[in-house]
Amino acid sequence: MNHEFEKFSDPGLPEHVHRNADVDPIAEKRAEQQVAILFVLSALGTILLIGSYIFIKPSSFIYLPVLGDTNTQQLLLGVGMAMSLFFIGMGAVQWARKLMSDTEVIAERHEFRSPDEDRADFVATVKEQAALADVGRRTLIKRSLGLALGLAGLSPLILLRDLGPLPKKEFDTTDWKKGTRLVTDPGDRPIKPSDLEVGAVAQVLPELSGGTVRSLENIGKDAVLLIRLRPEEFNLDTERLSWTHEGIIAFSKICSHMGCAVALYEQQTKHLLCPCHQSTFDVTRAAKVIFGPAARPLPQLAITIDADGYLVAQQPFTEPVGPSFWERSS
Amino acid sequence: MTNKERIAGNVAGYVDDRTGAAKWLKKNLTKVFPDHWSFMLGEIALYSFIILLLSGTFLTFWFDPSQRDVIYNGSYAPLSHVQMSAAYASTLHISFDVRGGLLMRQIHHWAALIFMTAIVVHLLRVFFTGAFRKPREFNWLIGVGLLTLGIVEGFLGYSLPDDLLSGTGIRIAEAIIQAIPVVGSYLSFFAFGGPFPGHVFIPRIYMVHILLLPGIFLALITIHLMLVWYQKHTQYPGPGRTEKNVVGYPLMPVYMAKAGGFFFIVFGVTAFLGGVASINPIWLYGPYTPGQISAGSQPDWYMGWLDGLVRMSPPIETHAFGHTISWNILIPGLIIPGILFTGMALYPFIESWITGDKREHHLLDRPRNVPNRTALGIMSLTFMLISLINGGNDIIATHFHLTINGIMWFTRIGLFTIPPIAFVITKRICLSLQRADRDLVLHGRETGRLVMTPAGEFIEVHEPISAAKAWTLTQHLQDPALAIENVDEHGVRNPAGIKGRIRARWSVANAEQIPAATVTERKELEDGHH
Amino acid sequence: MKRLSRYRRHKFAAPALIVAALISIGTTFSIASALPSQQRMESTAQTTQIAEGKQIFARGCSSCHGLNAEGGSIAPSLIGVGAASVDFQVGTGRMPMADMSQQAMAKKPIYNEEETAALAAYVASLAPGPAAVTNDQLTWERDGNTAQGGELFRTNCAMCHNFAAQGGALTNGKYAPSLMGTEANKIYEAMITGPQSMPVFSDKTITPEEKLSIIKWIKAAQKEPGLGGASLGRVGPVTEGLLGWTLGLGLLIGVAVWLASKAR
Repeated sequence: MNHEFEKFSDPGLPEHVHRNADVDPIAEKRAEQQVAILFVLSALGTILLIGSYIFIKPSSFIYLPVLGDTNTQQLLLGVGMAMSLFFIGMGAVQWARKLMSDTEVIAERHEFRSPDEDRADFVATVKEQAALADVGRRTLIKRSLGLALGLAGLSPLILLRDLGPLPKKEFDTTDWKKGTRLVTDPGDRPIKPSDLEVGAVAQVLPELSGGTVRSLENIGKDAVLLIRLRPEEFNLDTERLSWTHEGIIAFSKICSHMGCAVALYEQQTKHLLCPCHQSTFDVTRAAKVIFGPAARPLPQLAITIDADGYLVAQQPFTEPVGPSFWERSS
Repeated sequence: MTNKERIAGNVAGYVDDRTGAAKWLKKNLTKVFPDHWSFMLGEIALYSFIILLLSGTFLTFWFDPSQRDVIYNGSYAPLSHVQMSAAYASTLHISFDVRGGLLMRQIHHWAALIFMTAIVVHLLRVFFTGAFRKPREFNWLIGVGLLTLGIVEGFLGYSLPDDLLSGTGIRIAEAIIQAIPVVGSYLSFFAFGGPFPGHVFIPRIYMVHILLLPGIFLALITIHLMLVWYQKHTQYPGPGRTEKNVVGYPLMPVYMAKAGGFFFIVFGVTAFLGGVASINPIWLYGPYTPGQISAGSQPDWYMGWLDGLVRMSPPIETHAFGHTISWNILIPGLIIPGILFTGMALYPFIESWITGDKREHHLLDRPRNVPNRTALGIMSLTFMLISLINGGNDIIATHFHLTINGIMWFTRIGLFTIPPIAFVITKRICLSLQRADRDLVLHGRETGRLVMTPAGEFIEVHEPISAAKAWTLTQHLQDPALAIENVDEHGVRNPAGIKGRIRARWSVANAEQIPAATVTERKELEDGHH
Repeated sequence: MKRLSRYRRHKFAAPALIVAALISIGTTFSIASALPSQQRMESTAQTTQIAEGKQIFARGCSSCHGLNAEGGSIAPSLIGVGAASVDFQVGTGRMPMADMSQQAMAKKPIYNEEETAALAAYVASLAPGPAAVTNDQLTWERDGNTAQGGELFRTNCAMCHNFAAQGGALTNGKYAPSLMGTEANKIYEAMITGPQSMPVFSDKTITPEEKLSIIKWIKAAQKEPGLGGASLGRVGPVTEGLLGWTLGLGLLIGVAVWLASKAR
């Protein structure tokens, strides 16, 4: 700043202006009544809450504009509770605004920094105590203490080891094996190729071997989407084409990006869309990624038919399904 | 002495006899708090936290944090006899078979959303007014910690009911864990007790959600408030308000009535929302199974920006030496958030390094008077907002007849182009506002009255502004840029050259100001007029 | 206003067609019950209907779908799509299309029920395909199971139509429509014919009984009351977040401004 310029100066706290309620007894009375009305409204709210809890059936509904058909009890409990709390607060605030002293008070601040003398004392004390303890010199003790503390910090990590088993082949394998039948989800019915028209999809899972129960872990790896196209619509290499059957192609439904279920199939464009992050896969080109964050195509399941004419897997998935992980090789 | 005064005296005496706290209490009950609406934002967050504790405790009485399979036979008919986890079934039970249970669930969830919004606007207030400056850096750090924990705590709470939407969220969280190089698959197995989804995750996060994190919250909030108490609140500049004082109302009774009343108001508004607006209707989502999904699956808003970043990420993965690194997950899911939050935490230190300002500050800045900081804040906010928009791109697309691909490309490009533009525009606006302040002080207020001069010329009458206003508009500090020599007197380059140059460049940018009006200038102008 | 003018053009022919169709149907029923040679009469009525359908088709559809429904550069062949497809597309107003946008939107049907039935009969006569169904044929109220329908809906439909059948976004501006207000027979026909982006759901993978369950669930979803208050569009956390920021925080800041203001 240029020093020859005279700056504006602080005129100090403005004079206190009295409120109506401070000078006019009628206004004061009115303010008092306002506060009382607010508190009474709160009491009414609580009565509404209690009344609707006891007298209104949980199964009754009421039609209101904007809200539509609404559960009466839930609504009135909420409105009653809201009134009961809100107006206590409004009353208290109005009381403070209108009737309690509104003279502004000035409090002094003090710098947090201690006086130089105290600081010097403090530093000297720290140094003195450190010297007494010989912290500076006892290297052996310092290092061994560091070692001890560091190792002690490891113990919670060690103790948390049993949170779960170590991964073995779980990320790489699914329950699809050579000859596993494809069955509908839900319903568990085997499927023949003739069951699917062109343009049809089916959500399928591997058939259960007798007596086993399907867990969410199984579904999380095994879910497959079956799509039927006209065979000439495919744009696949010979190997991948041999994995289809009469225009029916099967993909893992678990997104190769973050594991959501990819099942938005657009029949006209032959695109599959993941609703979580909008990765888009082209079914005709073996689920090649054409948009969005996914970096890999959805794994394709090779399918054929068994002796009874039902769709089965030719072989397990040739790559891990679902999101990437460090040990994944491709 | 009236009867009431005698009772009050006796109570005070009773307390002091047992604690010796008379002096301390007298000092603190008359503690002064400045009054401004923006100082209530942090209180909204604090009160929401208390509401969360109360409503959350209510919910724990019935919630069963278990992933064992049950067959539902409660009163919600469309899910009758459906297989689901006990966690989901007990949430349905709370919603439909406990009177007021749904209200409490909705209050809990609305309070969580308001908790996070209040933290964010409180943080913005602190940032834009420079309240984080010395001596309040510790409190800024605690605040950033609370924000981060709030996001985690909110996500865990959203995950507990084990519905289709939150289960999808956990699935995505698992994918992020799994993507961590080297240890990812191990961490995932530890967290889930084996393959996803397993049976242990919900009971585990339940303990974290209701015990561990609330405990940490309570401790951090206590320190946060004690520091505010001890350091005394900041205040906006104005007549009579200096760095050496604090002007406001005493805690007892005015501030206590206002702040206490405000707690009830926040609770009342939350209860109102819980009563009239449906939130997280888990009965519509259905129980979680990995084979199902709903169109438009999103997290709550405070995670929406993260989801938006993940959505717009380019499809990059590295496959080398038999290993995979998912950059499409790591960059938007861990690296960018890490940089953002670290940068935010360190900002007070970065700013004081750039300005070389080591003084204590208790008077707040008007955002226009610190153009660089304000512009930086708006720039970051724009970045978050663009990410957030992409997090809801499917809902936006269907409601405004746009395409998700279009929104995605807009945000992919906009994420890098719009924030810098926002920076430049904000800085220009700040400088224009400074100029307007200067003109106002020098020329006075336009009255809109036209007067004809004897020469037949029309001029508008300007009214001089009050001394108080003139002081408010000119009191701010305008420090010059740091003089940083990159080359010493012998012509040798400073070893910390690049660091020094960055600092010097930033310091110059920071010091870009319109000089505040002075009395001298106004006098000169007035003399010129007459 | 292109649509309107086209509408007017058809309107000109409409009364005659309605009368003709009504008479033909009316007489078919009355005579069919009275006369022994039921089959011959029915087939006569059918032939008339097909002829009428062919006429309507030639006027309203052939410019895109080809004179003999063989398809063209901008519209697919209709040979083999069946009466169900026609009943769905024309009965929901999707066809004829108002403009060449990404996808045909549901609107007020341009043809009335008889005209639609005639068109359906004509297209069905070209090659066999799924037959149209009426609401009376679908006994979803009796045979459907809501909870099972919900399971099926979440597995097969929710990924596009959203958890509460409110619709959702597809790629490049296409969308799965909301199912609020959709009639049972149109839902059924959509499942068996796979209109536009929607795939076909075969009767073997989702049995007709299961389809009734899905319809029953959707019908319940259409009437689902607000159990917790305003539904906020039933699209998940986006609208909830918006309301929290606007109404929730707005109210609180409003009160805070009042609270910190100096009383008069």
